[in-house]
Amino acid sequence: MLFFFIIGGAIDYLYFDAFSPAGPPLPLATIFSLGVATFTTLSAYYGGSGLILGSLGAEKPDGQIPEHRELRNIVTEMALASGSTMPQVYVIYDPAPNALATGTNEKNAAICVTTGLLTLLDREETQGVVAHEMSHIRNEDILLMTMVSVLIGGIAILADLGQRGFYSSRAGRRLGSKSPLLFLPLLLLIAFSPLIARLLAMAVSRQREYLADATAAQYTRNPIGLARALEKIRDAATPFHKATRGTAHLFFANPLRRRLENSDGNLANLLIRRSIGASSCSIGWRVFPLRSRN
Amino acid sequence: MIYVIWAIIFVLGIWIISTYNTLTALRLRVQNGWRQIDVQLKRRYDLIPNLVETVKGYMQHEQDTLQKVIEARSQAMAAKGVKETAEAQTALTQSVGKIFALMENYPDLKASKNVLDLQEELTTTENQIAFSRQYYNDLVTQYNTKQQVFPSNMLAGFFRFQPSEFFSVPDAEKAVPRVNLTLAR
Repeated sequence: MLFFFIIGGAIDYLYFDAFSPAGPPLPLATIFSLGVATFTTLSAYYGGSGLILGSLGAEKPDGQIPEHRELRNIVTEMALASGSTMPQVYVIYDPAPNALATGTNEKNAAICVTTGLLTLLDREETQGVVAHEMSHIRNEDILLMTMVSVLIGGIAILADLGQRGFYSSRAGRRLGSKSPLLFLPLLLLIAFSPLIARLLAMAVSRQREYLADATAAQYTRNPIGLARALEKIRDAATPFHKATRGTAHLFFANPLRRRLENSDGNLANLLIRRSIGASSCSIGWRVFPLRSRN
Repeated sequence: MIYVIWAIIFVLGIWIISTYNTLTALRLRVQNGWRQIDVQLKRRYDLIPNLVETVKGYMQHEQDTLQKVIEARSQAMAAKGVKETAEAQTALTQSVGKIFALMENYPDLKASKNVLDLQEELTTTENQIAFSRQYYNDLVTQYNTKQQVFPSNMLAGFFRFQPSEFFSVPDAEKAVPRVNLTLAR
């Protein structure tokens, strides 16, 4: 939210002559962006998981398919092991193996698994993955991640608005009269705000992933299951098309794996590829502590 | 000076109340955890007769094994006391495991959808029993720890909080069961 405030202040200063005697009496853009921030935060809190699940095409598991029944049983087992209430279970029909947890607290949490993962992993490994997601729920990461998801979207919209204003000629006259010292940094801030927001999300996500792995091993008492699951997922390497950059950090494995040759030179893509494999951590770094517990 | 003494008494009172509440809440969670195990055990009791009925038609030659499972189940349901219950439960788990092992000899049985569903149901029931026991033990650890660490152990003794027992498997059952896989022809 602080970020929103800064961006709003930057836009105000540059475009609306705020903070100077000639401009409007109230810093309009700052208030506007604070309003947007509050609105997105509240809507993220109350409706965030619905938004995310809807955008990914998640559906209820089909009672007829044995693998879906098995998934439901595994989630029940993990809810017992962690001592929490049973979360809602959803399935995404996609061949890429992946899983995510979302919601705001334990009572309205949801776990979502792709059919690719159900086919690829056996019962023990699926149990490890589901335990990992349950530990996100127990450690209250899901609230953090859902809010970050929606806020990133909001920042991207604001930054877009800020950048569009740059091109109109009336703005050009206004910009010319501003103090040159602040001009460039603020403009860069507006331009790079989506990137910065995403980097912040990735850094937070990495720490929480390690914590979730450790808690999952505590629940299943079987770290090898999770380690094997991670290795299988790494080798599967199918990109997951339904995830966007805004939701990438929620996932168990980075859904946007791109090869370096295919990147279009976008700085954000390069940074993402270098720093994350599984929504911010490389899978090798996650497998090693799990396997070395014995 | 008098105010300092009142302040100390106040803070001490708050600490006593909060520690007592924590200990009570933990004790109740331990009791709840124990009841949860019973819920899962009852589920298994209900599922086992289904399994025996389903496989009986196919496994004509294994009647004595199936009979043993039914007996083990009745014994487990009738057992009283922690030790006896634990032993009966483990015997039941082993006999069900024997049936699953014997099913390997009957390929048409393995292909039957009903049997696969039942196998999944029993597997998940066994897992749920194991995990609720695990959770119960985790709760007992928390409760006993809180009773024994320094500041709260004085209160625990004063208010007569008793340490709870862990759920443990008696040593006799830890021996690996020998399953007789020879075909009876």
